[in-house]
Amino acid sequence: MIASEARLRELLVCGLSGDRPAYHLFLQEMSTHLRAYFRHRLGGLPDDVEDLVQEVLLAVHIQRHTYDPAQPVTAWIHAIARYKMVDLLRRRGRHEAFNVPLDEESDLLESTDNDAGDARRDVIQLLEQLPDRQRLPIQHVKLDGLSVAEAARLTGMSQSAVKVGVHRGLKALAAKIGGRK
Amino acid sequence: MKTDDLITMLATGAPPVEWSAPVRRFAGPLGWGLFGATLLMALTLGVRADIAQAMQLPMFWIKLVVPATAALASLRLATRLVCPGMGPGRAPVVLGGLLLLAWISAAVTLLAAAPAARPELIFGQTWKTCPFSIALLSLPLLMAAFRAMKDLAPIRLRLAGGSAGLLAGSASAAIYALHCPEMAAPFLGIWYVLGIFIPAAFGAALGPWLLRW
Repeated sequence: MIASEARLRELLVCGLSGDRPAYHLFLQEMSTHLRAYFRHRLGGLPDDVEDLVQEVLLAVHIQRHTYDPAQPVTAWIHAIARYKMVDLLRRRGRHEAFNVPLDEESDLLESTDNDAGDARRDVIQLLEQLPDRQRLPIQHVKLDGLSVAEAARLTGMSQSAVKVGVHRGLKALAAKIGGRK
Repeated sequence: MKTDDLITMLATGAPPVEWSAPVRRFAGPLGWGLFGATLLMALTLGVRADIAQAMQLPMFWIKLVVPATAALASLRLATRLVCPGMGPGRAPVVLGGLLLLAWISAAVTLLAAAPAARPELIFGQTWKTCPFSIALLSLPLLMAAFRAMKDLAPIRLRLAGGSAGLLAGSASAAIYALHCPEMAAPFLGIWYVLGIFIPAAFGAALGPWLLRW
């Protein structure tokens, strides 16, 4: 458990400073913990597990600037995961939303689950609904792996507009996934 | 999209992110909010005419410093509540202490005064307008605090909204003190506190609605 926290924290801190393979690994390991955590807790809504895993990963990514490196990474993600889980239950009109049992932060790392089910909402389809100034930057930079400069040249947008487009576009995607338009 | 593909997408081209304390994200909007509230006070209410003489009195400064300290403690609270996994910290103790201080000095003043003088100490000349003026002046600050919180990740939305309201209300009370001629501790302990609680309650009501992410 403690080894896990230390490892995840190191991966995240490296990731935040620009080490993309470390960041990729961080998200991947996190996803297995999140899946196990939600599968255990969303007994009544098994079809929502993978969607929720994706929603939390997106939230973790968008909110990564709120992670204080002095703080345990487990506490940070646990808070986000619970927040998104309660939000989902509320959206589904589940009365469990009001009494999600309190659990320990360390419960998040208790087990892993590699068996990624299918998400029902498709991020690619949601992407189609975004305006061009957000969709194209995400397509070029995040999906095709081009640099910001290349994406700027291809789209005729400025480099800062490309960066803003990626950021706002991911936020808009997260809002669509979370049913907030 | 498979989760693994989403992860690859998120990690691809992800720029380095430097940790900066959330208080920095509040600085810009709050600066504008303070400017707006001060301007609103100067234009609609006006700075008290006798401010030069008033500045000689300790109560003038207490009226500024106590709400300003409350505003700083609320800012501390708000900046913690927008970071997942952080509790409220010690700020609520500071806020409770300030409230207690205001009420104790109000009670002591009332008890020491002759019974006939007490209504004047409590109601002054402006009790009807004071809380609403403070609440009105807090609006630009409340918008500023919510603006800053929008980019962050509050977990307890009602509490976070309430802390934004408390921040806006206390800062606005300090600004209102530049206009307000009342100097009696009981007046301040009742009507200023009420003026701060109105935006706090308003913020708490709006939080779950406006701060979802």
